[in-house]
Amino acid sequence: MTVSGGEVVLFWVLAPLMVLAALGLLFARKAVHAAICVVFVMISLAILYIAQEAAFLGVVQIVVYTGAVMMLFLFVLMLVGVDASDSLVETIRGQRVIGVLLGLGLGSILVGVIAQATFPPSVGLTAANAESNPVALARILFADYVFALEVVGILLVTAAIAALVLTHRRRLVPRVGQRQISDAKVAALAEGGLLTPLPAPGVYAQNNAMDTPALDPQGRPIEHSVSRILRIRGQERSAGHILARERAVLVEHEPELTARRFPELTAPTDEEAAADLSGEAPVPAAVPGAFPTDTTSGATGPTTDPATGPTTGPTTEHGKES
Amino acid sequence: MTGLLNLVSGAVLVSETPGVPGIKADFSQDNGWTYLVKAVLIIVFLLTSVLIAIWFERKVVARMQVRPGPNVHGPFGLLQSLADAMKLLLKEDLTVSAADKFVYILAPMIAVFCSLLTFAVIPFGPNVTIPFTDYSTPAQLTDFPVAVLYILACASVGVYGIVLGGWSSGSTYPLLGAVRSTAQVISYELAMGLALVSVFIMAGSMSTSEIVDSQTRVWWALILIPSFIIYIIAMIGETNRLPFDLPEAEGELVSGYMTEYSSMKFAWFFLAEYINMINVSAVATTLFLGGWRAPWPLSAINDGMFNEGWWPILWFLAKVWAFMFVFVWVRGTLLRLRYDQFMKFGWKILIPAALAWIVVLAVVQGMIRFGDVDNRTILIGAGALFAVALLAIFLWPARKDPGGGADKAGGATPSGTSPYRKAATASPEPFDAFAGGFPVPPLPGQSLPSASRRARRLVPEGSPPPGGGPAAPDAQDEEAPRG
Repeated sequence: MTVSGGEVVLFWVLAPLMVLAALGLLFARKAVHAAICVVFVMISLAILYIAQEAAFLGVVQIVVYTGAVMMLFLFVLMLVGVDASDSLVETIRGQRVIGVLLGLGLGSILVGVIAQATFPPSVGLTAANAESNPVALARILFADYVFALEVVGILLVTAAIAALVLTHRRRLVPRVGQRQISDAKVAALAEGGLLTPLPAPGVYAQNNAMDTPALDPQGRPIEHSVSRILRIRGQERSAGHILARERAVLVEHEPELTARRFPELTAPTDEEAAADLSGEAPVPAAVPGAFPTDTTSGATGPTTDPATGPTTGPTTEHGKES
Repeated sequence: MTGLLNLVSGAVLVSETPGVPGIKADFSQDNGWTYLVKAVLIIVFLLTSVLIAIWFERKVVARMQVRPGPNVHGPFGLLQSLADAMKLLLKEDLTVSAADKFVYILAPMIAVFCSLLTFAVIPFGPNVTIPFTDYSTPAQLTDFPVAVLYILACASVGVYGIVLGGWSSGSTYPLLGAVRSTAQVISYELAMGLALVSVFIMAGSMSTSEIVDSQTRVWWALILIPSFIIYIIAMIGETNRLPFDLPEAEGELVSGYMTEYSSMKFAWFFLAEYINMINVSAVATTLFLGGWRAPWPLSAINDGMFNEGWWPILWFLAKVWAFMFVFVWVRGTLLRLRYDQFMKFGWKILIPAALAWIVVLAVVQGMIRFGDVDNRTILIGAGALFAVALLAIFLWPARKDPGGGADKAGGATPSGTSPYRKAATASPEPFDAFAGGFPVPPLPGQSLPSASRRARRLVPEGSPPPGGGPAAPDAQDEEAPRG
């Protein structure tokens, strides 16, 4: 049982780092950082296994634990987040007491077995790995301990199937696939449905916010180009006053050109837009949970009565044409 | 770093090499310097290969799309990828403010380091003698009895680069890319691992040099065709290449996990992706295509002259680049899968197929090893089984489509009759051309009501023009408004 110099160096480099990483697991603020610490410990452990000529164990440690188990952990951490707190309600009456009892029982059995176990004198790694490490392991696992291995295998499969059964949901409605969705869209076309995705909100010379409707080829605002939620909350801006502001800018900077080429633009045509421009439009009362309204413009969308709550989509000044 | 790691694993092995069982390559003459030189050579090989691979991919895809591709910088545009690398190097290195800084920087490093590790156990050739000396060493950095599992381990750790990179960017699309990547790797690595297991069963070893040695007579790709196909599919999924590039699907996720990365950090992800392509190609070559062994007619020349000395490195590289061509070919041919299709394919087709194939293989191998069954009996049995399966496929009643089956059956036109005539006859189903207010074409089994123009077109050529008869008034009616 001699230890080579390289192995000693490897151990003393890795072991303190592993301890640090293990402490990092305990004290890291973010769950993903803790997970990275665990990954580091696992990989270092695998390197130590390999250094001790347990190549199979070391590599499988990485493939199974680092590659699959920790990856699943990370998956859940990223998706669910750690802010979700566990429910502390006992779903089975007395499950904590039973759990503690079973844990104690398992502990006592393990301690008893390990204390009584006697090992034959060690034969050394050269003899143990005489036929290469995986072959020697296979001989032990599939010859001496084949029954235990089968039992563990059955246990794991049972657990996996149980998880499948517990999380399985019976389908109550027929599955809606891509084809059914497209069929439904075509069928709804007659009632004014859309085949295409919803149009994007409007892009104007000075405004491309989410709350401004796009214009259709006839110059009418497309109502559903603004998010339905903004419309319900009454946070939609009308296309009219955006255009009016742009007209005002145009008139201000290029008065002659505008007057010559677009005579109709020199005066705002829309009364509502003019009112908006003069800043007399009332600022809507804050809807609970609403986004902050656009602070750069005094012009705001139609108001919503806070008493009646969010009403249906506000009308643009052009009304509903379609 | 990589060199050091390789050196460490090599140094651990070198002490045990003289008596090491389970590997074919003989590293007995190697010392620390040999390992260092080989590690450096491997890194240089990988980095230059990536430059060439980018050029190769762009050039081949361009050829498939009938355009010239890069052709400005250097002969045949060969220096284009060098110029691109320089550009990336000199670009501003942004760190998004929402990012988790440490992980954000760590992630590309993980991806690159892990991709560099795989080639440590890939045999480029058999023992080669350094010219002008009698120093002989395997053309392989190291090998150990579980080398292929080590490759899988490196790949699975490399995915942490993608996952952590996506998470740490603090942005939605990268996170979605990372989550997709996790699910993709877990499901396709299973299929890949099962495909590799079938090679382990046949070769009786997990060491790369042993596996190459076991293919002296015949390559495993010929015997284990199902595994080979499954491996090819899984390796494309594993490297996030089209049609499986869902973690970075630019149509859906901007750039997936690397959306928020720029400059060198982006270049590292890019580098890792291309090195991974070379890695999986090299693994496929080693495990299925005989590794460095010369292809058949060449291997027979002059008592295996081409399987010795420095020649095998040529065959190895040729095979690896053949796989690289397949990557590019597939990319130029296939469309990206939808995510649910992709997952369904992985879990419901690839993994069950791989499992069933392994069971079959294990039974056959068990009969050969432990039973008194000779090869001929097994071949006859396999042939009979195959015939039965084929017969079953032919005789199996075709699945009835519950939705449109009746329509399709009714839509078959009897041979010899014109579809026009069928349209003219009375239809069994009334056809509403404006179903729901929107004009629709007739489905199979439905027929258009006869229209006046159609009736006019149906008159065979050579017959007198429709002066009288039933069609004439219709035609006049229709043309009247035009005048």
